[in-house]
Amino acid sequence: MDGAAYWLPVIWGVILAAAIMIYIVLDGFDLGIGILFAFERRRDSRDIMVNTIAPVWDGNETWMVFGGAVLYGVFPGAYSTLLPALYLPVVTMLLALIFRGVAFEFRVLTRIGAGSRSTFWDFGFMAGSVIVAFCQGAIVGGVIQGVSTTEGSFSGGPIDWLTPFSVLCGVSVVLGYALLGACWLIWRTEGALQQHCRVWALPLALTLLACIVAVSIWTTQLHAPYLRRWIAWPNIMIVAPVPILVGVLTVIFMWGLRNRHHITPFLCTLGLFFLSFSGLGITVWPHAVPPGLTLWDVSSPPSSQAFELVGTAILLPVILAYTVYSYRVFRGKVTAADSYH
Amino acid sequence: MVSTATALLLARFQFAFTVGFHIVFPAFSIGLAAYLAVLEGTWLKTGRQVYLDLYQYWLKVFSIVFAMGVVSGLVMSYEFGTNWSVFSRKAGPITGVLLSYEVMTAFFLEAGFLGVMLFGMNKVGRGLHFAATCLVSLGTLISMTWILASNSWMQTPRGYMIEPGTGRFLPADWLAIIFNPSFPFRLLHMGLAAFLSVAFVVGATAAGHMLAARRRGERASEPVRVMFSMAMWMATIVAPLQLVAGDMHGLNTLEHQPAKIAAMEGDWTSEDHAPELLFGIPNMKTEHTDYAVGIPLLGSLILTHSLDGKVPGMKDFPAQDRPPSYVIFFTFRIMVALGMAMIGMGLWSLILRRRGQIYDSAGLHRAAVVMAPVGFVALLCGWVTTEVGRQPWTVYGLLRTENSVSPIMLPSMALTMTAFVVVYFFVFGSGLILLVRMLRHAPQTGEQGPSTDNSTSVLGARSHPHELPGHDTPHGSGPA
Repeated sequence: MDGAAYWLPVIWGVILAAAIMIYIVLDGFDLGIGILFAFERRRDSRDIMVNTIAPVWDGNETWMVFGGAVLYGVFPGAYSTLLPALYLPVVTMLLALIFRGVAFEFRVLTRIGAGSRSTFWDFGFMAGSVIVAFCQGAIVGGVIQGVSTTEGSFSGGPIDWLTPFSVLCGVSVVLGYALLGACWLIWRTEGALQQHCRVWALPLALTLLACIVAVSIWTTQLHAPYLRRWIAWPNIMIVAPVPILVGVLTVIFMWGLRNRHHITPFLCTLGLFFLSFSGLGITVWPHAVPPGLTLWDVSSPPSSQAFELVGTAILLPVILAYTVYSYRVFRGKVTAADSYH
Repeated sequence: MVSTATALLLARFQFAFTVGFHIVFPAFSIGLAAYLAVLEGTWLKTGRQVYLDLYQYWLKVFSIVFAMGVVSGLVMSYEFGTNWSVFSRKAGPITGVLLSYEVMTAFFLEAGFLGVMLFGMNKVGRGLHFAATCLVSLGTLISMTWILASNSWMQTPRGYMIEPGTGRFLPADWLAIIFNPSFPFRLLHMGLAAFLSVAFVVGATAAGHMLAARRRGERASEPVRVMFSMAMWMATIVAPLQLVAGDMHGLNTLEHQPAKIAAMEGDWTSEDHAPELLFGIPNMKTEHTDYAVGIPLLGSLILTHSLDGKVPGMKDFPAQDRPPSYVIFFTFRIMVALGMAMIGMGLWSLILRRRGQIYDSAGLHRAAVVMAPVGFVALLCGWVTTEVGRQPWTVYGLLRTENSVSPIMLPSMALTMTAFVVVYFFVFGSGLILLVRMLRHAPQTGEQGPSTDNSTSVLGARSHPHELPGHDTPHGSGPA
């Protein structure tokens, strides 16, 4: 394989992984806030929760559109295999995203006349967020456990993805996003709501850790190469820091939570997500559609990848810059005084 | 075989259904964002409060429309893969790349500055806030450009090579791909359609408030009058321009997709003195248009700009390559008829404007209310005409629709189709009800603008676009 045909898919694999990671972080706390509606019943608290993300959620969701577009343009072989294979969870997720996105806007709008409540749309925001999070986890699980392909096309059944493993992955992501949302709110709010989030964060973190351990061990049992990746020499030297860092971050998380830090728990949770995601990447590399198709099998021709890379190299830094700007405009604690009802 | 054919039909119906809902929102956003940029710019230039009032009023609508556009568009970016996996594998190296550019140059820009536009009134200065509005508007236009480049490439493909063995489309010349022959006409036609659609919604809103004011024996407020006047100027100027753009697009289609023209016209045999059919029922089986009523020679005149120009007939093409005429014969005629009605509305308003009666004619206002949805209906009809007219191809002349579909089982497809219909009608139906409810409130006067001083109190600093007129608002609205 010549240079460009080898390296372009690798570079794009890294960009795509980064985009997915950014999406997980940004829409993760949005979704987490929706999930936490299950615990927070007070309307004024819910309003504050929603206000912390109102100016940025459209941008957060765009990373998911970007992920789909990159997969379509750069790895069309993966796009056209994974989406039919994961058809039901993908469509369910998209429908839930619609429901959640509009519920987010409508819950404020439907309050015409004092005292009327928009419990229906609040419920829609919560249920939509839970379903989206679960489907995302199930989709990741479905990819890791493998997709049947024949000559580069999906050749399995409509519910192949549904296994105990993918269900566990779905539950883990729901818990993970809920924790991310709670930690985001610890950072961005104060008073009673912040206190509630501190209370929720501890059990969420403990159950999430149990899930991370379970998923990690289970993953190595799915395919023999997965296990070899983690225990064979010299790989073990490179991968050993991942579980060790998970332990270190957990300790810092507990310390930050106990000492009432505002941002430490959030940063530690981000770290946990990053490590878990990296662990999955290490496990499946270099497969785009395990167990059969590698990054190179599913790639666009170098001419497509190169053309898209030129634009991405220029545009992605600009996008990141104004995204940071937008977050800076709306920085600081959000309180009931910022509310409008 | 039956189940394969049904699955294909469902895949097509599902895609048409979801994209049909979706297309309304970006078109709405394109027109409304440009309107908002004009309003804010005019306010900054003239300092007249009325423009700021209108800006705040339509900004609330924009936030809802934009959110519905984002979530329905998200579906589209994955549906190429779920429903058309063979198409995406083969054409992804071209269409997927164009879509990625759309996301990077447009979607992020819109979403990134939308927050500042909606909530940043008192957090950034006037200049920066106006810049945010302009960037959001620019984003909607860039988005339209890329998606129409991609769609036009599927209609009139250029600049590609077909990879032997795999049948993949490989990019050979990106400029030829983007600036394919039908792209400029489609871009112009769609852009004008978006502006017109929004103009008629804005005009209908203003007209409704003028009628309400008349019932109360009052004169409509200044924002309502300005809103109506601007919308009617748009109709007066842009509706005739759209006729010219549509004519140019038609000539282009005749050159590159003659089978589509034959199906739109319901013509079966190629003629050089072709009539223009006003009505008829094209029958694909008997190869005849029943109950045809036409005007002699007009078909040749419209399509070729000469009385004896040769117009194609569907029998020029093999039966398996003909688009289904019975759909697009009607959608095309509805689009044209609504276009004529829009031109008529513009002229009517112009005449009344010259007589100084534009704010006093109940007839004009009632007509304007009735005309509220015509822009969107015409847009959808035009979209059906062009997309169904592309059949039976996904990439015109090169890749058939039946060879583009995903290996999805019929039960899954039927299940998700039902879910899409239920969720879309419920969610977007609720959205429509909320929008109408919002628009029933007249615009308030005395809205607060972005401060020139960044140290304003926290209170009101995050004024929400959703606060409804009549509510206590943090920045205290004046009397309506």
